[in-house]
Amino acid sequence: MFQARHLTVAVLLLAAAVVLVLGGCPKPTPPPPPPVGPALGPTAQAPSGEPIKIGAILSLSGPGAPLGTPERDTLTMLEKSINDAGGVNGRPLKVIVADDQTDENQALAAAKRFVESDKVVACIGPSTSPTTLTIMPVFKKAEIPLISCAAAVKITQPVEKYVFSTAQPDVIAVAKLMDYLKAKGFKKLAVVADSNAFGQSGVEALEEQAPKNGMQIVRKESFGSKDTSMTTQLTKIKGAGADAIVCWGTNPGPAIVAKNARELKITTPLFMSHGVSNAKFVELAGPAADGVIFPSGRILVADQLTDTDKQRSVLLEYTKAFQAANEGKTPDHFGGHAWDAMHMIVAALRSAGPDPKALAAALEQTRDFVGVGGIFNLSPTDHNGLTKDAFVLVTVKEGKWEIVK
Amino acid sequence: MRGGGWARSRILGLTLFAAAIFTFGLTVHSGYLLGMAVLIALHALVALGLGLLMGWAGQISLGHAGFYGLGAYASAILTTRFGLNPWLALVLGAVGTGLIAFAVGKPTLRLRGHYLAMGTLGLGLIIWTVFNQAATWTEGPSGIRDIPVLSLGGLALDNDQRFYWLIWPVVLVAVMLAGNLINSRMGRALRALGENEGAAAAAGVDVARAKLGVFTLSAVLASIAGSFYAHYVTFVNPSPFGFALSIQLMTMVVVGGEMTVWGPLVGAGVLTVLHQVLAISAQRIPAMEGLEVVAYGAVLVIFLLFRPQGLVAPLRRRGAPPRAAEPPAPRADEVVGEAS
Repeated sequence: MFQARHLTVAVLLLAAAVVLVLGGCPKPTPPPPPPVGPALGPTAQAPSGEPIKIGAILSLSGPGAPLGTPERDTLTMLEKSINDAGGVNGRPLKVIVADDQTDENQALAAAKRFVESDKVVACIGPSTSPTTLTIMPVFKKAEIPLISCAAAVKITQPVEKYVFSTAQPDVIAVAKLMDYLKAKGFKKLAVVADSNAFGQSGVEALEEQAPKNGMQIVRKESFGSKDTSMTTQLTKIKGAGADAIVCWGTNPGPAIVAKNARELKITTPLFMSHGVSNAKFVELAGPAADGVIFPSGRILVADQLTDTDKQRSVLLEYTKAFQAANEGKTPDHFGGHAWDAMHMIVAALRSAGPDPKALAAALEQTRDFVGVGGIFNLSPTDHNGLTKDAFVLVTVKEGKWEIVK
Repeated sequence: MRGGGWARSRILGLTLFAAAIFTFGLTVHSGYLLGMAVLIALHALVALGLGLLMGWAGQISLGHAGFYGLGAYASAILTTRFGLNPWLALVLGAVGTGLIAFAVGKPTLRLRGHYLAMGTLGLGLIIWTVFNQAATWTEGPSGIRDIPVLSLGGLALDNDQRFYWLIWPVVLVAVMLAGNLINSRMGRALRALGENEGAAAAAGVDVARAKLGVFTLSAVLASIAGSFYAHYVTFVNPSPFGFALSIQLMTMVVVGGEMTVWGPLVGAGVLTVLHQVLAISAQRIPAMEGLEVVAYGAVLVIFLLFRPQGLVAPLRRRGAPPRAAEPPAPRADEVVGEAS
């Protein structure tokens, strides 16, 4: 009897599971109740009618959580402000967020849910490249636009009609850095890179662009994402006769490189990637961060931009809104990718309406859109639309960021 | 009752299973649910082999995600780079993976104790590292996209429904073959081995050979499942084939029960569905947000506390005293059907 009772428990749990899942599948639903009008904005007409659904597949847990969380916060904030201002074409906007747990299979399931049951008109995310690449075929087949917040070259090359990305690709970060290195007369580079996707993709871009800019890579080293010391690699580099060291990686590796380089009394100038364009890097590297130069999106140094900078007002607007909505938290690049994706979708919705195919065609026509990540000019052959002007070069001085003139 | 014969309960079980597959496939048209069923089938194939290894040969493998990955990458590379027929790639991948498993199992399975667990743990990590580092072949962490879909007699299996009708019959056949194996001479040897290795050896069972056979077979099954994954998702990258999946697969076997062929199937179904239910509830119930991982762990603990032998336990082990109130096998089949 003891056994039987436990089997009953197990079967009940399973039955509950099945019921819950089946409950999540599409069924003929009555039209939703009219949305509650916004309390604010007496001038804005309250949106009415069926909401326009936009999916967001983001990494809110797992290793990608630091990316997905500000993306979600940004989208939630935008959903509210857009609806408060009258929605899109008089209809309210509804953002449905799914956490993919930074897991490919979860992202795939969420993608199918959005396409099949929720019937979203467009989807923002995922936060990371592997999850994006995994779900791309689903949106390609469903003919619903997907705007990824991840940067891998493979997302936008070769171009898929329904797949876009608002993240700055590595190639343009490398191009921006190359311009500077060339102008300053550097000839021999030593590269030390993270062995993860970000680092390796950076190395590929460096290897391709260095010779074109009259530079030679004299030494190439790599480190594991969880390594705690890079002295071996740096010692080898020290003897290689390079006149500049380029470190390509995401935290914490580059911070350790900066520290170890200082310990080894390496005086060769140290350059890094946009992967360190965050407060965490300065926090981890401490005084060793001083003097490091890296390409970065403008959000990091928004307050230092001159009045002539086209992105300045957008960046300040985003910063102000984000801080107001999130208890003073500082916005970052990742939230910026979501901001850009949402604004592009809203603009496309206004011009083309909520049909996914028309929406994708309209997204492709996005021109001179001034966003957080840069100024976007999309085309049928470019579904990212950013150039190296999306970056500025930034250095750290006494723990503070400063634009390199 | 004796080996080779088809016990009535077995025929009934398989018939009900086939009926469940048909009913689900014919009544469900949601790509999301069918997609989930496909995912369950892929995991079930791997878990089935792993269950044979754990339940019958008494060995643990911590590297089955690696074998799954080998199949996926073999298919991805052979079809995108060499333009090979996907079915041929699947076979080549399975053969290659089988050889690797054989080479690793041969020395480690001669030793008593959990040397295979250690060997496969290492192997799994090596395979994962190769996926990440051998970028010339595997394209590194960014993965291989645009893998062709499978086609069957000119019909491209390019949606969830079509793939469902391929993969679940494959699972059915695999279950049937696994059942045959258990009831064969080899199966009896394994059973003896699981009970008492020394006694089995004394009775003339070639212990090492039997274990090696099951291990290789389970690796081949994992590889085949991996190939199906590659052609289903049409993209592969290293992260789904890491250590975490190996653990997840083992959990499926343990939760489902390792002593019947149905156990791993039920385990794969229950865990995959559970994961989804929690993900959806986290999305819809604000209070659940961020707690789905905790809830997942809690449910597993409850399962194991109250049902350590797994959801599906065998009717009765030969020689063991009859146990009351065990779930009759056909019930388990219905659970499989519902869960998928």
